[in-house]
Amino acid sequence: MKLDQVCFRTSHLTPSWTMESYRSVGGYQVLESVLKNKMRPEEIIEQVKNSALRGRGGAGFPTGLKWSFMPRRLPGDKYIVCNSDEGEPGTCKDRDILRYNPHQLIEGMIISGYAIGAQTGYNYIRGEFYEPIERFEAALEEAREAGYLGRDILGSGFHFELHTHIGAGAYICGEETALLESLEGKKGQPRYKPPFPAGYGLYGKPTTINNTESLASIPVILQYGADWFHELGTPNNGGSKIFCMTGHVNKPGNYEVPLGTPFAELLELAGGMRNGNKIKAVIPGGSSTPVVPGARMMELEMSYDGIGKGGSMLGAGSVIVMDETTCMVKALQRIAYFYYEESCGQCTPCREGTGWLYRVIKRIEEGQGRQDDMDKLVHMAENINGNTICALGDAAAAPVISFIKHFRDEFQYHIDHGRCMDNTA
Amino acid sequence: MTQMLLTGPKEELFSDALREQMDTWIAKYPEGQAQSAVIPCLHILQDANGGWLSRGIMDALADYLDIPAISVYEVATFYTMFELEPVGKHKISVCTNISCMLCGSEKIMNHLQQKLNIKPGETTQDGQFTLKEVECLGACVGAPMMLLDRDYHEYLTPEKIDNILDGLAS
Amino acid sequence: MVNIEIDGIPLKVDPTKMIIQAADEAGIDIPRFCYHKKLSIAANCRMCLVEVDKARKPLPACSTPVSDGMKVFTDSKVAVNAQRSVMEFLLINHPLDCPICDQGGECELQDLSMGYGEGISRFTERKRAVKDKDIGPLIQTDMTRCIHCTRCVRFGQEIAGIKELGATGRGEHMEISTYVEHSLVSELSGNIIDLCPVGALTSKPFRYKARAWEMQARPSIAPHDAVGSNIELHIRKNEVMRVVPRDNEDLNESWLSDRDRFSYLGLSSEDRLSEPMIKLDNQWQVVDWQTALDKTVEGLKGVISKFGAEEVAGLISPTATLEEAYLFQKWLRGLGTDNIDHRLRQQDFTDTDVDDSLSDWQLADIDDSDAFVLLGTNIRAEQPIIAHRIRQAALAGATVSSINLFTRDLLMPVDRQMAVNSPQLVQTLAGIAKALLAAAKQEPEDWLDLLPERAPSAFEHNVALQLSNAMNATLFVGDLINHQPQASTLRSLARLVAELSDSRLVVLPSSNSNAHRLAGSMPADKGLNARHCWERALRGYVMMGFDPLLDTAQPTIVHDALRRASFVVSISSFESDWVRQYANVILPMACFAETSGTFVGIDQRKQQFAGAVAPRGDSRPGWKILRVLGNISKLKGFDYISSQDVVDEIESPLRELKRGSKTGFIPDSLNLESDLMLISEVPMYRSDSLVRHSKALQQTPESRADGFARINQKEADKRGLDPQHEVVISQDDRKVSVPLEIDNNIADGCIYLAAATSVSAQLGSLFSQVQVMKAGRE
Ligand SMILES: Cc1cc2nc3c(=O)[nH]c(=O)nc-3n(C[C@H](O)[C@H](O)[C@H](O)COP(=O)(O)O)c2cc1C
Ligand code: SF4
Ligand code: FES
Repeated sequence: MKLDQVCFRTSHLTPSWTMESYRSVGGYQVLESVLKNKMRPEEIIEQVKNSALRGRGGAGFPTGLKWSFMPRRLPGDKYIVCNSDEGEPGTCKDRDILRYNPHQLIEGMIISGYAIGAQTGYNYIRGEFYEPIERFEAALEEAREAGYLGRDILGSGFHFELHTHIGAGAYICGEETALLESLEGKKGQPRYKPPFPAGYGLYGKPTTINNTESLASIPVILQYGADWFHELGTPNNGGSKIFCMTGHVNKPGNYEVPLGTPFAELLELAGGMRNGNKIKAVIPGGSSTPVVPGARMMELEMSYDGIGKGGSMLGAGSVIVMDETTCMVKALQRIAYFYYEESCGQCTPCREGTGWLYRVIKRIEEGQGRQDDMDKLVHMAENINGNTICALGDAAAAPVISFIKHFRDEFQYHIDHGRCMDNTA
Repeated sequence: MTQMLLTGPKEELFSDALREQMDTWIAKYPEGQAQSAVIPCLHILQDANGGWLSRGIMDALADYLDIPAISVYEVATFYTMFELEPVGKHKISVCTNISCMLCGSEKIMNHLQQKLNIKPGETTQDGQFTLKEVECLGACVGAPMMLLDRDYHEYLTPEKIDNILDGLAS
Repeated sequence: MVNIEIDGIPLKVDPTKMIIQAADEAGIDIPRFCYHKKLSIAANCRMCLVEVDKARKPLPACSTPVSDGMKVFTDSKVAVNAQRSVMEFLLINHPLDCPICDQGGECELQDLSMGYGEGISRFTERKRAVKDKDIGPLIQTDMTRCIHCTRCVRFGQEIAGIKELGATGRGEHMEISTYVEHSLVSELSGNIIDLCPVGALTSKPFRYKARAWEMQARPSIAPHDAVGSNIELHIRKNEVMRVVPRDNEDLNESWLSDRDRFSYLGLSSEDRLSEPMIKLDNQWQVVDWQTALDKTVEGLKGVISKFGAEEVAGLISPTATLEEAYLFQKWLRGLGTDNIDHRLRQQDFTDTDVDDSLSDWQLADIDDSDAFVLLGTNIRAEQPIIAHRIRQAALAGATVSSINLFTRDLLMPVDRQMAVNSPQLVQTLAGIAKALLAAAKQEPEDWLDLLPERAPSAFEHNVALQLSNAMNATLFVGDLINHQPQASTLRSLARLVAELSDSRLVVLPSSNSNAHRLAGSMPADKGLNARHCWERALRGYVMMGFDPLLDTAQPTIVHDALRRASFVVSISSFESDWVRQYANVILPMACFAETSGTFVGIDQRKQQFAGAVAPRGDSRPGWKILRVLGNISKLKGFDYISSQDVVDEIESPLRELKRGSKTGFIPDSLNLESDLMLISEVPMYRSDSLVRHSKALQQTPESRADGFARINQKEADKRGLDPQHEVVISQDDRKVSVPLEIDNNIADGCIYLAAATSVSAQLGSLFSQVQVMKAGRE
C-alpha cells in the first residue's frame, strides 16, 4: 500500500528536519516562486479552495474558504496563527510535523500570510512540547538566516515575521478563540462568536487560525497543484491525512494516507489488532468524536464524509482502537474525566455539567449505578450540547451520548451487577 | 489598562539574565501587548525558581509587565504546568488519558507510586520527585508515556521506568 | 434599522443591538445573570438562551446580534427547556438555603428558579464549598453562592479601572477572589454588591440586618460630592438600613461611590446630638427647644446691642441644603450682619467676584470631551463619579493630563501626570499659557507682562498641544487649588489657559456649594468672608452643620476665635469636643435622610428630596430651626409651612441675587515664595461629619493611610528625616508630631498631611510654609 506523504515528505531523510533536507524535496521553491512572480494572493486562495483541503484541526472547515473571509485589503495589522496546541486525546500528529518537518510549516505560514495579507504569524505550541519547540525555533532561525523571514523577503517587498508562542497546559487553548486569549496573555477562555476571528481576532485585529497540518499542507498543494492534491483524496476531501493510530493495535503510529483510504486498510497498516483480538469499538477522530462500533467501522472510509456516514467525525484523525477486552464504562469514565478537568469554567452548562457527567459515570463504574442514570446522562449531555460558547461542551456530550447509544447493555450490566461483563477486563 | 505608579525601578525586579530572557519574549508582541508574554515569562521564572512560582515572583512579573497582579494569578492558576507550591527536583507527569489507558498507563502509574512511595500530586520526602497525573500530552502513539522534566519517555514499562529514574539518581 | 419579531411582536431595531437589548427596550423579559447593560458582554451564564427561527439550537440573547427578518421566541418550549436546563446546572453547586442567605428575597437566582418550579434538581452528588475571603470592611463574601457570572470582575476591569477581583483556577474549581487576601481599594467597590445577582457579594455593614421585603424604599440625593448622585434609602422602622443607587444616566448612571453608599452608617453614630443644650456656669444642660432657641436669639441680640452686628458671623457647611443656606443667610441678614459664608476651606478670596459657575454644562458632556486637564484635584477622592466618567472617556480615547501637588494612580490611561509644588504650579500654568499664545486669536494684553520670558518646557508644550488639538477640551480645577492661599492666582491662570485654548473650565464645587451661591450664603456687600470672620476674632458666631476644627482652613485660628468669642451657637448633627468647649448653645439638627431639601449639583440641576426617617431624638430639620429662629428674632417673612415655600421664595423672580462678573481676575505677580509647604488634602472619607462617623468607611485602607505625614525621599534626605522617627511640623509657634512615610508621589517642596483629622486640627493653616524636623531635635 502506498503512503502519499504531504506533511511527512521528508521522513525518509535523516535528519529530516533541517533546511537542507527540506530543500532537497523542493522546499521553499514555492515560496520563492510566489514572491518572485508576485503571485496574486487571490490566486493562492483559489488554489487552496480547489484543493479541497479541509482543516486538519478537527472541524474540517475548508481552508480556502476560511482564508477568503479575511479582509485582506483592510489597512492595519492582520495575523496568521498556527494552532499547534495539540491536546485532543488520541492526537499526536502536529508534534511530529514540528519535530520532523518544521520547515514545511514555516513555508506554509509565510505563504498563508502572503495570501491573507498578514505580516505577522504566531505558532502557538503547547508548553509540554519542549523538544518540538526547540526544533521549530531552530528551523525559524535557519529560515531567518536564509532570508525567508523579516523585511522585504527576497526583495519582494513583502514583510513577514513569525514567532513561536508557548502554552502551559490547557486543552481548551486548542479552541481557536481560547488560543487567541491565551496568546494575549490571559486565561484560555473561548470568546463568543460572532464576531469571528477573521473580523476580530488577535488584539482585535483580523486573524486566521489554522491547524499545523493544514498549514504544512500548503506548500505541497501549490507545488503539485490543487487538482493533484484534490485527486489524492476523494471529492471534497482533498489530500492525504495523518492518522494517529493508537490503542489496541500492534503498531501504533502516525500514518499519512490519502483521505478515503478504507479503515480496514489503515488498521492493517498499523499492524492489525493487538494479540489478534476482536475489534470492539473505534473512536475515529479523537476523544471528542462519537464512538463507532468496530464492525461498522470496518465498513467505513477514512474521510470527512466517509466517517460522517458512520455517525461520527473524522476530527483530527485520531483513531483510538479498542478491542473486546475494553470496558466501555471505564473508557467513558476516563474520557468524561478529561472534559471535567479541562473545562475552562466560564459557561454554566459545561462548568457544572462536565463534573456531573463524570460523577454519575464514575458511580456506575464503581457499581453504584441507578436505573435512571443512563437516561439522566443522555439528557444532561443533550442539555450541554450546543448550549455553550465553544464546542468543548459538545465534545463532552458526544462521547456520553454515543457510548450509551452503542453500548447500552454494557452500561445496564454495570448498573445491574455492579461490575463489568465477563469478557472485559 | 491602568497606569501603575511603580514603587521601584523595573531593573530591580529581576536579574539581568532573567530580564534578558523575558525581554526576548516581550519583543515578539506588538507595542503595548507585553501581557502576551505572561505565559513564557512564568515558564522562565518557574524554571529559575526550582520549578514553582511564589507569590512574590508573580507580583514582580505583574509589575514588570505593567498588568494587575490578579491577571498574573489568574493565568498561573489556570494552566496546569504552573506550580504554586514547591515541587521536587524532578517532575514526572504521567498521562492516563484514553490512549495511554488502553495501553496500560494504570500499571505505569501504580509502579511509580510504589517506587516513589507517593501519590499523584505529592513530592517524595527527599525532595527528588513530584508525581503528577496529567491529561493527554500529545504522544498517544507512544503510549503509555510520561514527561520527565523536559523529556518525553514513551512505550513505558516498569523496567524502563526503573532504568530512567535510577539513571537520574546516579 | 432592521425588522425583527420577538414573541410575535414586530420591532424595528438598530442592527448593532443584541437580541436582549432589543427585548429590554421593548419590555420583553429574558432571564439573565451575566449580562448587564453597563458591562461588556460575557455570555457565560447561558441563562438567556432563546429560540431563534431557523437556528439549530437555542441562542444566547445577550450575544446574538439581531438581523433583518429574525424571529425570536423567548418562552417557547425550546427556549424554556434550554433555560430550565441552565437553571438546573446552576443549582448543582449552589446552596439551597435561601432562608439564611443575606440576598434572600432579592436574589436573581432565587427569583428565576422559582419561575421554573420545584423538583428541579436531580443532582445528588456533593456540592462545592468555597472558602471565603476577607475583602475589606465594606463587602461581605460568601463565595460558595457565586454563580461565576463575572459581573464583579468585569466591573473592576471596565468601570472601576482596577482589576482586583479575578476568576482563578478553572472549570469547576474556578473561584472569584482577590487571590491574595486584601481589602478592595476602589472607591466604587460597593457597586459589586448590586451587580452580584446572588448572595456571594453583599454589604458587610448591612449583613443580617434586614430582609428586602421588610424595608421601604425612599428616593434621595447623596450629599458628599458635587454630583448629587441619585440614591434610594432602604428604611425599616424609621432607620436607614442601607443605601443603593437609583439609575440616572445624566448623573451617576447605575453607580454609587462607596462614600455615598456607606455614609448612612454615620446616622446611627453614638456621637449624634439629640437634645438641645445650653451652657450654664460652664456646665452643659439639656433644655427644651424653646429655651434653647430663646437663649440663642437672646445671646446674639446681646452681642449685637453691645458690639454691633458686624461682630457676628454666620458660617454654614457647604453640605447644607439650599433651603437651609437660604434661611441661614436670611436670618442673619435680618439680624444685621453680612458676615456670612459657606466657603469654609477657602483661604484666598481675591477673585471672589469672578463667577465660574456653569449654566450650560452637564456631567454627560464629559463623555463627549476628548481632552482633560486635571488641575489640583485628586479627582478619584474628590469626585468619584466624575472620575468614573472621565475614565470612560479616556478609555474611549480622550487624552488626560494631571497636574497636582502629588501624583496618584488615576486608574485610567493618563497621557502625562506631574507633581509640582505651588510656585511650580503657577509657573507650569503660566508656561502652558505661554505655549498657547503662539496660536491665540487674541493676545491677552493684561497678561503679557506677567507670563515668563522663558520658552515653555516640553511638558507645558505638550499640555498646550493636547488642548489645542482637542475638539472639546475640559479643564477641571479642584480642591488642591481651591484650598490654597494662592488659589486666585492659580484659578486665574487656569481661566487664561482655558480661554486661550478654547476649552471648558470646570471649577469643582464642594458638595452643595452651588446651592449656597444661589441662596446667597456669602457676603453680599461689605461682609467678611469665612477667613476674615475667623481671623478678626469676632464676638459672636453661629455655626451650622460642621465641625469648627475639622472642616475649616485654619483650625487653630478658628480655635482662638471661638475661645475669645462671647457667644457661640452651633447647629449641628454631631458632637464635637471643641464645640462643647466653646459654644454657648448647641441645637441638634436633623441629618441627611432625616430632612427634606434641595441639592444643586455641579450642573446647576436642582434636585429636591424628602426626609425619609424621623430626625434622631429631639433633633429638628435645619430649615425648621432657622424658621423658628427667624420668628423668635421677630423678623418678617419666616412663616414657611413647608420647605417648598422656601424654594419658591428662592426662585422668585423678585429676588435679586448678586451675580459675580465674568471678567477675570489678574494677579499682580506670578512669583511666589518657595519653601517647604504643608499641603493638606481632605481625604475621601473625612469630607464631612457624616462620612467621618461611618465606621465602615473609617476602616478602609484609604482611611488608614490618613495618620501619616508624607514626603518624598529627596526632601526627607535634605532634612534628615526617616520613617523610623516621628517628625515635628511647626508653623509659627504651633507644632505637631506625626509619624512619617516616604512617598515619592509627593511633589518636591511639599509635605502632605491629611486634613480634617485631630492632628491637622492643631495647625494654623492647612496650606502654608512649615518647618519640619525629626522629633526630639526641636
Ligand atoms: C475544545 C477544542 C479543542 C480544540 N483543540 C484543537 C487543537 O488542539 N488543535 C487544533 O488545530 N484545533 C483544535 N480545535 C479546533 C480549533 O478550534 C480550530 O477549529 C482549528 O484550529 C482551525 O484550524 P483548521 O481549520 O486548520 O482545522 C479545538 C476545538 C475545540 C472546540
Ligand atoms: S461573586 Fe457574584 S458577581 Fe461575582 S462572579 Fe460570582 S455571582 Fe457573579
Ligand atoms: S445573559 Fe446571556 S449568557 Fe448570561
